[in-house]
Amino acid sequence: MLDLRELYQEIIIDHNRNPRNFREISHPTVEAKGYNPLCGDKLTVYLLLADGIVQDISFIGCGCAISKASASLMTDALKGKTVKQAHALFEQFHHMLTSDDEIQGMNIDKLTVLAGVRAYPARVKCATLAWHTLEAALKKQKVVVSTE
Amino acid sequence: MSKVSPFIQKIERGEVRTDFPILHQMINGHPLVYFDNAATTQKPQSVIDALTNYYSHDNSNVHRGVHTLSTRATQLYEAAREKVRRFIHAPFARECIFVRGTTEAINLVAQSFVAPRLLPGEEIVLTQMEHHSNIVPWQMACKKTGALLKVAPISINGEIELDEFEKMLSSNTKFVAITMASNALGTINPVKKMIEMAHAVGALVLVDGAQAAPHLSIDVQDLNCDFFAFSGHKMYGPTGIGVLWGRESLLDSTIPYQGGGEMIQYVTFEKTEYAGLPSKFEAGTPNIAGAIGLGAAIDYLCSLNLNNVAVYEAYLLEYATNAIRSVKGYNIVGTAANKVPVISFVHGTIHPHDIGTILDNEGIAIRSGHHCAMPLMDYLNVTATARVSLSFYNTKQEIERLAEALQKVKEVFA
Repeated sequence: MLDLRELYQEIIIDHNRNPRNFREISHPTVEAKGYNPLCGDKLTVYLLLADGIVQDISFIGCGCAISKASASLMTDALKGKTVKQAHALFEQFHHMLTSDDEIQGMNIDKLTVLAGVRAYPARVKCATLAWHTLEAALKKQKVVVSTE
Repeated sequence: MSKVSPFIQKIERGEVRTDFPILHQMINGHPLVYFDNAATTQKPQSVIDALTNYYSHDNSNVHRGVHTLSTRATQLYEAAREKVRRFIHAPFARECIFVRGTTEAINLVAQSFVAPRLLPGEEIVLTQMEHHSNIVPWQMACKKTGALLKVAPISINGEIELDEFEKMLSSNTKFVAITMASNALGTINPVKKMIEMAHAVGALVLVDGAQAAPHLSIDVQDLNCDFFAFSGHKMYGPTGIGVLWGRESLLDSTIPYQGGGEMIQYVTFEKTEYAGLPSKFEAGTPNIAGAIGLGAAIDYLCSLNLNNVAVYEAYLLEYATNAIRSVKGYNIVGTAANKVPVISFVHGTIHPHDIGTILDNEGIAIRSGHHCAMPLMDYLNVTATARVSLSFYNTKQEIERLAEALQKVKEVFA
């Protein structure tokens, strides 16, 4: 039997209830909208970039606890990071959710609280929605991305 | 319920559940509770046996060979069509076209019957509670022809606004497509009345019967509809088989949906003469096993007696409605007076997907999402709902487990 607390860890419950950086940025360098047609989750990610560094990052939208917490954790993790680091972090995060590799040794800090999602394949898209949206924003495409 | 009927006693002794092998398994350490019947129902052993027997003993192509197996396969396939005819009380079996499902049936009517007759500015009327499969084919037909789509509103409890619906109809209305029962809310529409209203302005009507067929007895002649569509897998039959029923005169004047084998009378490279009904609409080798399986599902449902099923399901619906209401924090969306046993609900702060995952952890399968009815979700101002949809093989005890699990959901987020 799967332990629900592996999925819904305290940190996730907390970020769902009090999402960090849950606001618009009035003049973002770039923004993108993300949409999961499976569940209707929608969010917008805003980025303020300078010299290849994430000066500010935020999001708004509605979704399940996993997607909201993941977006919140993402904004926390990326502030002050370079765009290159952001791409790398997404790759590692995605790998954590979709592989069977040991979690230990993955250098993704707080984001490991979402590792429990790998036991719930139907929910992986919830956890990656914010990140896919970020990737779209970084590509400077003002388009709606879809997880489908 | 004042008196417990023999049917309910039988169910309470577990005799009906034993017909469904899939129900007897553990999910995440708990006995499976299957509450996603509006998405697809489970299959009784008799349907599984019908498929196995067909492939083990009778498999052959239909309407072709002169050999024994082909004759047997053809007889079984056509016997299934006759069972469908009786099930929906159609005048003729040849009016019952085997298709992949409700979606294909609606597309067939939209593309082959309606679109060629539509002029720019003419109108198709739907309701606010339609499934995407009864919206998108009509949008495509409108786009192709310049016709317009009109949407009849529903009240906040999920019932059609009959006056508004009637006002929307005019001599400009060419076609009306309505669901008999809503997959997202459970609402049973007064389709007979709506058909009468549509016919009064000269419009023809298609009824989407996907959610109605497993719960209500269907009489296309009494309804007086022009087309009726339903799916096998939502009424205990296999996936990939469904039925389009249409009035013979209308089907006769409809151009074929697809070309190929089986649907022809005579072919030269210059010209093809089409076959008559139903072959005209069944190009290619059909889903023979699926049709036979659907016939077995109809036999099974009729052996339970549809009235028994309806009485017991109404009882379950009431029990489940009260059970969900008894857990603080959950609100039921769709409270029509007449419902099939489908209950959509939301929680103030907990997303339906999280509810779905936590219930699954307790062995309870529900659906969460927009139920392929995004325009309805927009109208109700929710992004998604959790949905419990019941069948006669569900029990009171399972509903009690649901109520306990809903309490647990709140504890996870407390």
